[in-house]
Amino acid sequence: MGIGLTTLLLIAALTPLGFLAYRLGRGKALATVASGVRMHSRPQQYGWYSVVWMGIPALGIAIAAALLSLLGVIAPARELVLIVSIAVGLLGFAYGLKAIRPEVRARNALDNVVRYLLLSAALISIITTVSIVLSILFESMRFFREVSVWEFVTGTVWSPGDTFLEAAGRGDEVGEGTSFFGTVPLFAGTFMVTAIAMATALPIGLLSAIFMSEYATPRQRGIAKPILEILAGIPTVVYGFFAAVTVTPIIVDIASFFGLDASYSNILSPGIVMGIMIIPFISSLSDDVINSIPQSLREGAYALGTTHSETIKQVILPASLPGVISAFLLGVSRALGETMIVVMAAGVRPNLTWNPLEDMTTVTVSIVYSLTGDLAFDSPMTLSAFALGLVLFTVTLLLNLVSTYLVRRFKQKYD
Amino acid sequence: MERRLTGSANNAMIRKRYRREARFKAYTITALFVAFGIIAAFFTDIIGQGHSAFWRTEVQVTLDYNERAERIGRFALAEDMREIVSRGAVRSIPLEIRNNPELAGIQREIWAPAYSRIDQYRKGNEALSPELAAQVERLEREGRIRTTFNWAFFTSGDSKLPELAGIFSAAVGSLMVLAVTLAFAFPIGVMAAIYLEEFAPDNKLTQAIEVNINNLAAVPSIIFGLLGLAVFINTFGVPRSSALVGGLTLGLMTLPIIIISTRAALRSVPDPIRLGGFAMGCSRWQVVRDHVMPLSLPGILTGTIIGLAQAMGETAPLIIVGMIAYIPEAPSSIFESATVLPAQVFTWASEPRKAFVEKTGAGIMVLLAILLTLNATAVLLRRKFERRW
Amino acid sequence: METQSTDVTATGSQTMAQNQDTSPVANEQATPEVKMSARDLNLWYGDTQALYDINLDMYNREVTALIGPSGCGKSTFLRCLNRMNDLIPQVRMKGQVSLEGEDIYDSSVDVVQLRTFVGMVFQKPNPFPKSIYENIAYAPRLHGTGTSRSELDDLVESSLKRAGLWNEVADRLDTAGTELSGGQQQRLCIARAIAVNPEVILMDEPASALDPLATATVEELIHELKDNYTIVIVTHNLQQAARVAGYTAFFHMGKVIEFNDTDTLFTNPAEQRTEDYITGRFG
Repeated sequence: MGIGLTTLLLIAALTPLGFLAYRLGRGKALATVASGVRMHSRPQQYGWYSVVWMGIPALGIAIAAALLSLLGVIAPARELVLIVSIAVGLLGFAYGLKAIRPEVRARNALDNVVRYLLLSAALISIITTVSIVLSILFESMRFFREVSVWEFVTGTVWSPGDTFLEAAGRGDEVGEGTSFFGTVPLFAGTFMVTAIAMATALPIGLLSAIFMSEYATPRQRGIAKPILEILAGIPTVVYGFFAAVTVTPIIVDIASFFGLDASYSNILSPGIVMGIMIIPFISSLSDDVINSIPQSLREGAYALGTTHSETIKQVILPASLPGVISAFLLGVSRALGETMIVVMAAGVRPNLTWNPLEDMTTVTVSIVYSLTGDLAFDSPMTLSAFALGLVLFTVTLLLNLVSTYLVRRFKQKYD
Repeated sequence: MERRLTGSANNAMIRKRYRREARFKAYTITALFVAFGIIAAFFTDIIGQGHSAFWRTEVQVTLDYNERAERIGRFALAEDMREIVSRGAVRSIPLEIRNNPELAGIQREIWAPAYSRIDQYRKGNEALSPELAAQVERLEREGRIRTTFNWAFFTSGDSKLPELAGIFSAAVGSLMVLAVTLAFAFPIGVMAAIYLEEFAPDNKLTQAIEVNINNLAAVPSIIFGLLGLAVFINTFGVPRSSALVGGLTLGLMTLPIIIISTRAALRSVPDPIRLGGFAMGCSRWQVVRDHVMPLSLPGILTGTIIGLAQAMGETAPLIIVGMIAYIPEAPSSIFESATVLPAQVFTWASEPRKAFVEKTGAGIMVLLAILLTLNATAVLLRRKFERRW
Repeated sequence: METQSTDVTATGSQTMAQNQDTSPVANEQATPEVKMSARDLNLWYGDTQALYDINLDMYNREVTALIGPSGCGKSTFLRCLNRMNDLIPQVRMKGQVSLEGEDIYDSSVDVVQLRTFVGMVFQKPNPFPKSIYENIAYAPRLHGTGTSRSELDDLVESSLKRAGLWNEVADRLDTAGTELSGGQQQRLCIARAIAVNPEVILMDEPASALDPLATATVEELIHELKDNYTIVIVTHNLQQAARVAGYTAFFHMGKVIEFNDTDTLFTNPAEQRTEDYITGRFG
């Protein structure tokens, strides 16, 4: 029986059972009340009480069986699981119905059920993070069993090599031109793209934010802010297309005008476009930060006879510095993890250079290209994606933690 | 009394300061207009690249269901038309004849889509050999060639032949993925937010969960792709390239966003409303269900729509879980291989043939239109239901 | 405290000389010189009128207190004197405010310069998040009244001394101004205002956010400052007005009900409303 069919049957069986449980439970409570006995909770709560006694054991068994079989611990037949779940549900139904007595605190039981249900939902977020860390860590460990951490961090050649050679048992020819996993050129590419992106985004974003929060009328601000937000809503694949098809040729043309040679996979183009993408992050966050500087500080400066720009440059910006730095770090974090723009516009060839007109590749591009194509899930090439992902995850996590800390300290000062 | 406030010894210095003020203000305005200019240039470029894909060239031809056509559909065309008409228009003729033997021997006149090189030639993107060009000219004079709206772009799936490629299969895939994402992330996200905002005591566990969620919201999307690969595909065995695995992966990515925006919506309901409920003897859940949630529902919906809009534009994690296969037919279940709109755009963008450039642009236009609608809906919803307390 | 030589113009020093020459008796009876005045001043916040036909003189080297219940327009009026209301877009004004006869709202007047003549201290101390030294040196450096390091050092020291703060902070001029106590912060703000060398200092309830000890220090400071500056102070505290001010104006509902020297106003008010307010019948 297919998964879909099993699930459907389970739901089809439990739903009428649930209705029945509710009616009977409520009915029993109503009868008790009619006979003159006061009950702790309302009748419909006793109805739900029965439903809970039926549903939770039944669903619990089903979900537990599903999880365990997915993890490969046990492998029961799906029909068996279905029957057992329904049976357990019936048992619970009978028990719950029988248990309805005047002193039973159905409302409190329901409250608790709801509370724990909500708590489990919240815990899923922790489970997710833990899964991310564990799975990536696990695969990275397998990677580092084959490639030394030292080579990974300091090696300057990235050449994942021929997987079929490895599979053919000639994997021990590492060091003789087969596979190199030195990530320095990859990180150089990532940093270069990030640097270009932030150099584009910071001036435009910050100055726009200053205009919107200090110089603009409310109406101008109401128009400017949403327009800038448009930049934030454009999918990255679209930016990638824009970079590859429009910006790159322009750069190549401009470069040749100055007698320079620019590659069609140059890293300048995705860098600039990534910067464009990040502008709204910087401008929106900086705008919020500048706005939250109390007016009393500004008035203090004006009362001393300062011009608007002097107040901005010398009082407001230094005061909002933690917030602006936080916005900057978030932008950097975004740039580091960005994939589509570089996949579409940057190169595939790891290249260690200072020249942004050359083609370079980045960490994220390597992750993508390590995992597309034939997936031999044990080869160092596939596992390298996880090692790279581990570094990426850690760095962005640190940046975000620092950023949050800065914003919290800033808010403490000015709230 | 001497005028001191207007003419003074410090005139030069003050003038310099005012000049600096004007310059600074000019810089900020320039920055804003640079940003605006980029936006304008961007949209002009995309529309310029993509609008032509909404039109296609069609040719009026006679299809001769003769004997040779029973084996190779191309032979249903007159020899001089074989380079003009799209191969896709005649591909299925052998199957047609086999299923309907009465078709054998008849002739039919149809408007068939033109071969992409002809289409691109007429749009000014490619050149043709002089013979073909002359032939096209002849067809023009005879009125047997026309440009019509390309409905097929919306009704057909991907194709190796650019003249027949459309977004339908990708659109269906996107819908399926979004449905899975919503089904997964919305209930869990709203429940988690309700717990954190209304039920959670202020202890270490709660703080840990909060920090967790904020960090998850900022993790690069490609990491979620790795997670999907390692956990869903490898450990749980969910079929690769399916809408299910794509939806689960994006669901995990959208979860923090929904939680954060739902919490904001719940927080915006003022406390006196809750206190009123408690004072009437409601349990906490009743207060939440009957008093807080109805008021915060618009905010929750707004946040969810925005989260979905973000998910719809994501490509990187879906590439990692394999959703960039070539999908000509729309998937019929969430377990089948599928692709999504942004991934389709990516695949087309990677095609070397020039005819796919306009397809990519048109696909982008459709994608942007959908996202714009979603975001506008969210904003309108927020504005309509926003209450000033 | 050092005496400051404020001879900005020939007329100013002339007036000083005149005052020094007159005998004490004649001094008391002679009408003091008007430093700032308001004539037929009306002000609207959007559609609501906040000030009605204000006519008020503020005398040179005197402390003028503006008293009255909350929301009666005292602070609004004060902010007209250094054009701080310009910062609020919905404000509309009619009438005249002059500094020594010059209309400060004239279109040719440079607001930035005006504020070097008329300084302000706010209710809640608002030192910049900079060092104590920088808080004081900031504005003079901009205006060019202190360019070299030694000039600024002297200016900082003299300002802090005149504000009565020097002894407490002389050894830690580099620490942040925000780390001082409330009373010290307010004196820092006063020192900051003095450093720009104004002729008039406006104070908007300067001690209301301070504890009694700090309040006493600030009031003492005002006493000393009035020898060299014209001070206009808004206060809620009637006793403070009585302690500190030579002249008092009673504001109510956006109008000046009565204006006189403080003694007369408090002991023998001309208007019933003034008497009601002073005796606490409403507040």
